[in-house]
This record gives sequence, structure tokens and C-alpha cells, in this order.
Amino acid sequence: MKFERKDILGIKDLSVDEINLILETAESFLEISTRKIKKVPTLRGKTVINLFYEASTRTRTSFEIAGKRLSADTINISSSTSSVIKGETLIDTARTLEAMNPDVIVIRHSAAGAPHLLASLVKQSIINAGDGAHEHPTQALLDMMTIKERKGKISGLKVAIIGDIEHSRVARSNIYGLSKMGAHVVVAGPATMMPRNIEQMGVKAFPRVEDAIAGADVVMMLRIQLERQKQNIFPSLREYSQHYCLNRNNIKLAKNDVMVMHPGPINRGVEISPDIADDPSVSVILDQVNKGVAVRMALLYLLTGGSE
Amino acid sequence: MANNKSIKTVMDKDGIERCLTRIAYEILEKNKGMENLVLVGIRTGGVYLAERLQKKMSDIEHGKIPLGILDITLYRDDLSASNKKPRLGETKINFSLDNKVVILVDDVLFTGRTIRAAMDALIDFGRPRMIQLAVLIDRGHRELPIRADFVGKNLPSSLWEAVRVDLVEKNGVDEVVIEEGS
Amino acid sequence: MRLLLTGARIIDPAQNIDSRMDIFLEDGKIAKIGENLSKATKSKDSEKITKIVDLTGMILVPGLIDMHTHLREPGFEYKETIASGAAAAAAGGFTSIACMPNTEPINDSRSITEFIRRKATETSLVNVYPIGAVSRNSAGSQLTEFWDLQEAGIVALSDDGKPVMNAALMRRAMEYAFSLQLPVISHCEDINLSANGSMNEGYYSTILGLNGIPGIAEEAMIARDILIAEFTGTSVHIAHVSTAGSVRLIRDAKKRGIKVTAETAPHYFTLTDEALQSYDTNLKVNPPLRSEQDVAAIKEGLADGTIDVIACDHAPHGRTDKEVEFEYAANGISGLETSLALSLNLINSKILTWPELIAKMSTNPARILHLPKGTLETGADADITVIDPLLKWTVDVQAFRSRGKNSPFNGRQIQGKAILTIVGGEIKYDGR
Ligand SMILES: [Zn+2]
Ligand SMILES: [Zn+2]
Repeated sequence: MKFERKDILGIKDLSVDEINLILETAESFLEISTRKIKKVPTLRGKTVINLFYEASTRTRTSFEIAGKRLSADTINISSSTSSVIKGETLIDTARTLEAMNPDVIVIRHSAAGAPHLLASLVKQSIINAGDGAHEHPTQALLDMMTIKERKGKISGLKVAIIGDIEHSRVARSNIYGLSKMGAHVVVAGPATMMPRNIEQMGVKAFPRVEDAIAGADVVMMLRIQLERQKQNIFPSLREYSQHYCLNRNNIKLAKNDVMVMHPGPINRGVEISPDIADDPSVSVILDQVNKGVAVRMALLYLLTGGSE
Repeated sequence: MANNKSIKTVMDKDGIERCLTRIAYEILEKNKGMENLVLVGIRTGGVYLAERLQKKMSDIEHGKIPLGILDITLYRDDLSASNKKPRLGETKINFSLDNKVVILVDDVLFTGRTIRAAMDALIDFGRPRMIQLAVLIDRGHRELPIRADFVGKNLPSSLWEAVRVDLVEKNGVDEVVIEEGS
Repeated sequence: MRLLLTGARIIDPAQNIDSRMDIFLEDGKIAKIGENLSKATKSKDSEKITKIVDLTGMILVPGLIDMHTHLREPGFEYKETIASGAAAAAAGGFTSIACMPNTEPINDSRSITEFIRRKATETSLVNVYPIGAVSRNSAGSQLTEFWDLQEAGIVALSDDGKPVMNAALMRRAMEYAFSLQLPVISHCEDINLSANGSMNEGYYSTILGLNGIPGIAEEAMIARDILIAEFTGTSVHIAHVSTAGSVRLIRDAKKRGIKVTAETAPHYFTLTDEALQSYDTNLKVNPPLRSEQDVAAIKEGLADGTIDVIACDHAPHGRTDKEVEFEYAANGISGLETSLALSLNLINSKILTWPELIAKMSTNPARILHLPKGTLETGADADITVIDPLLKWTVDVQAFRSRGKNSPFNGRQIQGKAILTIVGGEIKYDGR
């Protein structure tokens, strides 16, 4: 199949064929990271701008490495640097960037829909590196790649996503992606972290973590944002971790060969007990980093084919 | 449009086998044995030919030459000009190329651009002592100063013709055909 | 100026008129209404020239009144001025509009009210009725001088743009205003429940990752205001009703004889939150676009009389207010120039009859605001709207008289349009 997209804004828009193509392309890119010279000339002369309105060293670095390994010129603009001028609107920034004639703009923004706004304004390809609580497509793709590698397939697996579903873009993108690929997705978290009508997305929702983990092939723990406590969505970290932390006890409910994932960074002892997080036989958390670069290389490669 | 392409078979199964056997002998002769030799096949046709050469050389001498697979997509110089993104294949070279004599294998040598890309890629993997090129068909029309060290058959062709190498491993049949026009 | 309008279907819900007649306007008043007036008017006074307009095939109604607009002047003239807003109103078929006080400064004093009225008079297009703030600076803590404001010319009170969160203040406002026969218009929103929200809370807010505003943020406040009205024996008018629960609360309150009236806006019976998947900020309004079930309930509420008024909550904005990330975008739709056509859809889809619709867009708002308008009675002000019910047109925001080009209906094909807007006997808009 041909990849005809201008932008990657969310997993919701992607077909199964497109997801498969991205994953297969990413698998080919994994090998490059094992070479002595971890660089290919594919995107020589192309420019990738990483426009980060939200601090994220991990995702930004991953995109930067992906661009560099493909020999693209990568430019980082983040809100912490003076390049994103205070008070300058996204539209102003977009016009400035467009004048620099980049090939791809990677955007991370705290406002849902910001990448869509940018995509409607500029002719360049846009990759959504996370927008508010909406989507984080590259994270979901690398998660799918990790699952596929460990389990040999995605279809038919039971995947439990646990935590603050309401505020999680990782959860949304994974619900779309994993469901499309034939997995059975369940979610669990306190009712205050469960967005309205979540089951209309095709998942089953449970208030108790044990009900979701039972028989799961994959358990994906979401990061708890400590500042949410102020919004009263959980009374205390202590209480949350007592009932929603993945530990040696409740993990027994899952399949024996369960794999544990976390988009990182982990609050050890809050979302996952340290012994599980650090156990390479169940936890694939570090493994996910390598795949992140490969997935992002694949997207850069697929989006920069030509100009006709 | 009616399918009025004319197809002409220029080499059959036995022809291909004979060419490969000869090339295997020539490689061993030129390099005085198998020592330090490695084979790298260019996806996809070159890989099957390299596998056959590996087998033939094992039959002649004892031991097995390491075989690598190279996908040159990422090194192509026409990527940005084409709107189609070629499907990436896996590159698999599980051995060091340093100080090795690399026999690069492809099915058809044409403009030379594929070989240029392949050499760039190989050099990213290490520093071979020498790179030699083996091809089943050399059809001419070079655009770069590249020549093959081992050629199965020189096949002068016009630019409007397409030379296609079918191999059992991927097409179910061994043959070389010329397709005319489009 | 003498004007004879002939051949139109005249609909006046106030007098139960719905028939083909002529109407004769003289000295800014309605002089006569009846059949074949051309002879009668000719013989009357030969010195004055009567202009005769043939309106065969058209619908002629008492001038439309939009009781909920935002004119932005003083303070935000880049969004709208009183002059541009009045021109938009005339082009939309409105002869009278009431404007909310959330300008800069807020209309909480005689001087601002007088300023607005003076500007409107200078513009001389449509009647502009200021609405005064309930609380000083609409800050929700101290009442404004209702009496003084009324003398200056306000027709209602509201802190619209935000709710009166303090129930005790709302109670006092309703009591004090009731004694002055000033309606209190309530923007019903519990801001603790709606906090940080930018769209309806439901499936679509879930998939779009936007913070939701639950229906109960509106309904809880409507329930509170109904209870205050019942307890104090006063009245309240509920602005921009958007949910099924709100319709139910108001219907039940009316059944029990509580003096509550209500309005909704065309977007609440035309669009649902499903449309927001484009993240088009022109769809961002407060209250937000709701679900399909809510839209169905709004239509029911209009049909059974629970909702008395259609008012478009005209909220013009500049490009910089809307061309931003969805959650940062300003709320509101520039509605005056599409309100009539969108509302006429209710007739085409058999939800309202012509007289019912005209009552909601003229008679009822006049009654609620105690305006001597909304009727074609002999002697009444000659405020008249003539509608071509079949005219098909495409919304083009660039052609709007309003400075606010923020309409989600841009490019939409709609049917029905005001072709004549007559205010005080003078043609203020002629779209023929
Ligand atoms: Zn309001
Ligand atoms: Zn309003």
C-alpha cells in the first residue's frame, strides 16, 4: 500500500493497513540503531522542526535522534527557550516556521487539537507528539510495536490500561490502535479518572484494578500527575497507590506471561511497585525507548517521500 | 489499454545455473579461495542469487561464506523525487566487514545508482578491504563510473525495454526476460 | 412617509392574524391593515405620495426582536460596534435588539446605558435596548442601581457572560427587579461544575480530550433560579437553554405556575457536539453545543411552548479571539444574520407553525421585556419584517454586516431570508 498522508494527527484516523505499514517500516529501522554508524543519508537536506510547547525531554530527544539518524537537520524550538515568544500565538509561530520551509513539524502542545490547527495553517507535514488529553500517536505506535514483538501478535490479546484515563492521551491513542489491531482493551481507574461515555470507545471500564487485570496479556500503567490531586480526582497519593498500584499480589491475576508497560516516567511505588518495574522478565519499560526512535524514524521516512 | 507488450525470454533455468556456477568459480579463483570473503546480497533479487552463490562455493570448497542482506532504500538518491515511499526491507549483516573482501551481489546492473547506494551503505557498516561486484545481467546504460567484476551475461538493451530476472524463490520460475515498451 | 405594502401573507400572533392582506404605514405607525387598501389610501390625502410595494409571495410579520445580543461597544469595538451590530440586525430581519451589559466597562451605570442609547440613535437603524448588569462590574457581590438604570433606559437585568453564583444575591436581585417590573435574565452556569470546560461533557469530549462542561452545570442553576422565583413569587428569564434536563425543569416549573420564561438560540437546535471533531473554534459557545438527545428536547420545548423565545446570543469576535487553540478560543457565534433562516427550518421540519415561530421571535420577547412592540395593531410602531420564505442563499461571513465573522454556518446553504426590514415606518434594510 501507499502512504498518502500529509500529517499524523492521531491513531483514530489511521487504518489497520497504515498502522501495519508504519510498524513494519519501524521494525526495519530498529536495525540501524545497532550499527556502528547509526545514520543513513535518507533525509539529507530535509529539515525537521520539533516545536515543543510542553516540556518533554524524552519525546523530544527521541524525535531528535530519529531525525538525526536519517540525516535530517533537526531544529528544536521549545517554550522554555526564547524561541517561542511569550504571547506569540501558535498562528504567528506557524507563519514564522513556514517561512523557514521545513519538511516536517513535530508538535507537542498542552491544548488538545493544537496539531490540527497547525496542520490547517501550514503546508508542511505535521506529526502530533502529544496534544493535551487527546492523542499521542507515536507513543501508541511504539507500544503496539513492543507488544507485537513480545507477544508475536496484537490480535486477540487482552490489554488492561490502568489509571487516569480521563487525562491520558496515551490511553486514548492506545485504545484506538489496539482495538483496531484486534486486541480486547479494558480500562480501570477510580470513577473520577474515567471520562464520560468511555465505553462508547469500545472498551470495558472497571472501577477496580483487579477486575481489569484478570486474565490480561498486557498491563499498561498510566502516569499519575500529582497536581491532579488539587482537582479532587483522588484524595491522596497514599490511598491511590494502595488500591491502584500494580504489585506482586494483583499481578497474579493476570496471565503468567503478562507484560507490563508504562509510558514513563514512573512514579515508583505509586503506579508500579519497584520490584515489578525493574524486573526485565515482565517489564518492558526500557525496551520501549529504542522502539520510540524506530517508530519516529518510520514516520519521518513515510511522510517525506516527495512533493508532487 | 490492450496488453501488447512483447516478452522475450533471454535466459532459462539452465542458463542461470551455468552463469552462477561460473561466477562462483571466478570469485574463488580471483580471490584465491574463500578466506576473508563475505557475500552481501542486495534486496531482493540479489539476496537469492547470493544465497545460491554461497551454496555453490560451499560445494566447491569446504566451509561457508558469511552472507548478509542489504536494503538500499534509505541510501537511494531518488527518494525525494518520488511520491511513493518504497517499502523498507530488513538489512541484516551480522558480521564485521572490517578488512573483508565483500562480494556485492545483484541481479541486474543498469545505471549503477543502486550499486552506488549499496557501497555507501556498506561503508557505514565498516571498512572492507575491497568490494567486488557480481551481477547476473549487465544491461549497460551506466550513469555512474561503476563496473562489475563478475558478470553472468552482458545483455545490450534499449532504454525502452525492461529486463526482469525471475527467480524460483520469489516468482516460482527461473528465467530472464526482456519486456518491451510500456 | 407613507408606505403601502400589498399582497403579502400577514402573520401577527398578537392579533391572531394569518391571511393575505395589505398594510398601510403612515407617520411611523401602522395606520391600517385590511384587504385591498390601495383605493382607500389613494383617496385619503392627495398631497402626500404613497410608496406602494408589492409583496406577493412574501411573509409579513411584526418586526423581529432579538432579546439577547452582545454589541461589544464600548470596549471591544474590533469585535463589533453598536453601528455594525445594528446593521447586522437589520440585515437579519430584526427591528429591535437588546444588548447584554458585558462591555468594557460593564453597563452597570446610567452613563454607559445613555452612551449605548445615544450611539444607537445616531446609527438610526434598529431599536437598541440596553440590558443592565445585575451586580456592579458583574462581579457578583453588590447590586447595581436598578431604579436609576431603568430610568436611563435599560429593559432588563443580567450579568450574562457569567452567572450570578451567589444565590442570596440572585434572590435579592429578583425581588428588587420584580417590584420595578424589570425582567432578570439568568445565564445559568455553575462555574465550579463547568470549570475549565470548553465543550459539552460526553462521548465527544472524551475522544477529543477536551475538558467537558456537564449539562448539570446549567441545570443546577436553572433549578436554583426556579426555586428562588417560586419562593419569592418573582419571575426569571432563563437565557440560552441548551439541555434536555433544562427543558424538563422549565416545563415542570411552568406547569406549577412559576413565573419562568426561557429562550434558546438557533445553534442549540441546529448543531450537536459531534461537529466539534474538527476542532473548529467557531463551534465554541457557552453553553456548549450539546448531544443529539438535547437537540431533540430543545425542539420539543419549542414546540410545546416551554421555550418562549428564540434569541441568537449574537457574540461577535475578532479573528485573534478565534484563530487559536480550541481551549483558548473565545465563546460565541456571530448569529444575527443567520438566526432567521436557521429558525425557519423549524417550520420546514414541522416543529413550529409560522405564527408560533413569529411569536417566539417577536411577540414573546416584546412581552417579556415589556416593549410596546411585537404586534401589527393599528397605532403600533411600524416595525415590520418581510420574509422571502423560499429564497435559497449561501452563508458568506465576508458579506456579514457584523464585524464578527465567527460563524460555523459559513458556506452552508440555507433557505429563507428577510428582504425588508422596516423600523418606525422607514425601510432600514432592503434585500430585494
Ligand atoms: Zn450567557
Ligand atoms: Zn450572551
